[in-house]
Amino acid sequence: MREVTIALIGNPNVGKTTVFNALTGLKQHVGNWPGVTIEKKEGEFEWRSIKFRVVDLPGVYGLTAYSIDEKIARNFIVQEKPRVVVDIVDASNLERNLYLTLQLLEIGANVIVALNKVDLAEEKGYEINVKKLEEILGVPVVPMIASEGKGLKELEERIAKSLDREPRRIEYPNFEAYIERLTRVIEKDEMLSRTYNSRWLAIKLLERDEDARGIIEKSRKRDDILKELIDIFNSLHRKYEDVELALADERYRIIGNIVERVLVKKEERITFTEMLDEVLTHKYLGIPIFISLMWMVFKFTFDVSAPFSDIIDWFFGWLGDAVGSHIANDALASFLRDGIIAGLGSVLVFLPPIAFLFLAFSWLEDSGYMARAAFVMDRVMHRFGLHGKSVIPMIMGFGCNVPAIMATRTLEDEKDRLLTILVNPLMSCGARLPVYALFAGAFFAGSEGTVITSMYLLGIALALVIAWLFRKLLFKGEPSYFVMELPPYNRPNWGAILGNAWTRTEKFLRKAGTIIFAGVVMVWILSVMGPGGYLGSEALENGELLARSWVAVIGHALQPVFSPMGWDWKAGVALFFGFIAKEIVVGTLGVLYGVGEENLAQTIAASGAFTPITAYAFMTFVLIYVPCLATIGVIKQEAGWKWALFAVVYELVLAYAVALMIVGIGGALI
Amino acid sequence: MLPLAFAGEGMRVIVRGINGGRGVLSRLIELGLAPGSEVIILRNQMAGPLIVAVRGSQLALGRGLAMKIQVEVEK
Repeated sequence: MREVTIALIGNPNVGKTTVFNALTGLKQHVGNWPGVTIEKKEGEFEWRSIKFRVVDLPGVYGLTAYSIDEKIARNFIVQEKPRVVVDIVDASNLERNLYLTLQLLEIGANVIVALNKVDLAEEKGYEINVKKLEEILGVPVVPMIASEGKGLKELEERIAKSLDREPRRIEYPNFEAYIERLTRVIEKDEMLSRTYNSRWLAIKLLERDEDARGIIEKSRKRDDILKELIDIFNSLHRKYEDVELALADERYRIIGNIVERVLVKKEERITFTEMLDEVLTHKYLGIPIFISLMWMVFKFTFDVSAPFSDIIDWFFGWLGDAVGSHIANDALASFLRDGIIAGLGSVLVFLPPIAFLFLAFSWLEDSGYMARAAFVMDRVMHRFGLHGKSVIPMIMGFGCNVPAIMATRTLEDEKDRLLTILVNPLMSCGARLPVYALFAGAFFAGSEGTVITSMYLLGIALALVIAWLFRKLLFKGEPSYFVMELPPYNRPNWGAILGNAWTRTEKFLRKAGTIIFAGVVMVWILSVMGPGGYLGSEALENGELLARSWVAVIGHALQPVFSPMGWDWKAGVALFFGFIAKEIVVGTLGVLYGVGEENLAQTIAASGAFTPITAYAFMTFVLIYVPCLATIGVIKQEAGWKWALFAVVYELVLAYAVALMIVGIGGALI
Repeated sequence: MLPLAFAGEGMRVIVRGINGGRGVLSRLIELGLAPGSEVIILRNQMAGPLIVAVRGSQLALGRGLAMKIQVEVEK
């Protein structure tokens, strides 16, 4: 079977992912572009006897060398030379989208325009003459409504039939003479003209593109080309102050002509988007609406997921007992019951809330609201040295910090991104809630709600203050410019929403899940084993036996560190294992106090190991110090070892300092 | 000529100049905000970012950036 590589490209928000999914179905493969953390998706589909390998390029507005996304897209097209480049164009936003189309034609790519969202264009009162657009652009144009699967078959067919089409040449009348002159000199280097499109190189040189300049530097005709370039600049500068701007102007002039000929605006309508934005981006209403929406998201998440979590919890409890009672060997039975099954259970209990939270978030993103949230919050974020777009990963952090840190990839500026990554763990994730609930129930009965809320607020406050501090000390300067497109509000496209929610949930399961599971198994091993050998599964329920385990050894070693806060060795052990993942803290305390989680609150309260003040300090310590190994892992993946270590150290120091302060101030007051 | 940040809601203006590095400039051009473009100010609350309509799409622009974009009010 013949195999052919094609690429998908398009502006953000044009429905590129929907087209990609529709084309490739489930045959997808996700990786990273070499050397960067930007996701690379590949898939395939078959048409008659041809197998198409589809590469999904990053969503970009143009093809300059200034942003990583654009460089990746451009290098792929220039170097890998896909046989066809499918340019997905938003029909309701033709003018801006065609800017990328022109740049693709410049490169000499074999372009097919997938004119998506024609229904939306119609709603806006636009009438587009597809035949004419095809004629003027000189490339196939396929009208589509990808979210409904319309136009897909035709797109496949047009791709298959365009494999050997000659690329269409785009001409810029005001610059043609100069482009020609430069092209002729470039073509003298055969190596160069065989690898690159010479016209494209010429245009990029006129735009002072750094990468194009780098390519020329290696040419054996370098001096000739540069001499010609200087010559051309000399005459161009008599006409234009800034050649790059003049070229952009020329592109928009051509686009203006195209749009004028193919698009008829039947009427100007006040759109639904404008009406909604009147309220959602309002000066005074914007932030309260944002906060209420977030509250609703969390309310929805926890209410809907609670029964599912209960069922999972119950099921694993039952399964553990059932399996344990059928195995005679104590060590093996305990390993399966308290290690493997309890470990799986403690991961899967978090699955429902996280899946529902991501579902709600994906819906908000798909609807277009998230861009407004960034707009509304930019003012607040900016004051603390963060970027408007930082707000989305920060809120996601309330669910799970792992996918939240990955979501910082939407921030283009490296400093903004690092800063957002570093403070993200302070956003209190779902795994920390059970610890708050336990201690609030034990020591602050009657005002649990207030105490738990105070943890979340403290986390937010610390994140903002730390961001401000790091911006002053480590990442000097202002946050990068805030500019983003506000896409029109969408009716939900459930396919895309579910797909997106699933991808994130899967990341939680794979990254966080495996580590939490391993952590629970390790706690089990260290609890039933001691310096004297195997203690028996009794150790998990019998405090005296447990005092001879490795866990106790670790706890006593750590005790001096935690004694200024008034915590005993059991608290030290819980925090030690909490380093792996926060959900382990409650489980570990349960084991150490020798009771099930139902009676744990009363037992801890009655034990006298904590006072309300030291308990509150313990909760803040849990809030602030390293959320889990998986988070450290993902920080390492996104920012490198250096920053991952830095995050661990600053969080430990901050947690210790804040906890000590609470004990000190609390002690002085009472 | 005035900075975009000072243009009131509902005004139609033409971009005349952008003071900023090449990176910002090329990003703005790609988004349709090139010198010569017509811009309608949809939201300018005199604090925080602005929303403008340009070439059929809506953009949010930080106030700092909007200060660097020189515009001329259309008659």
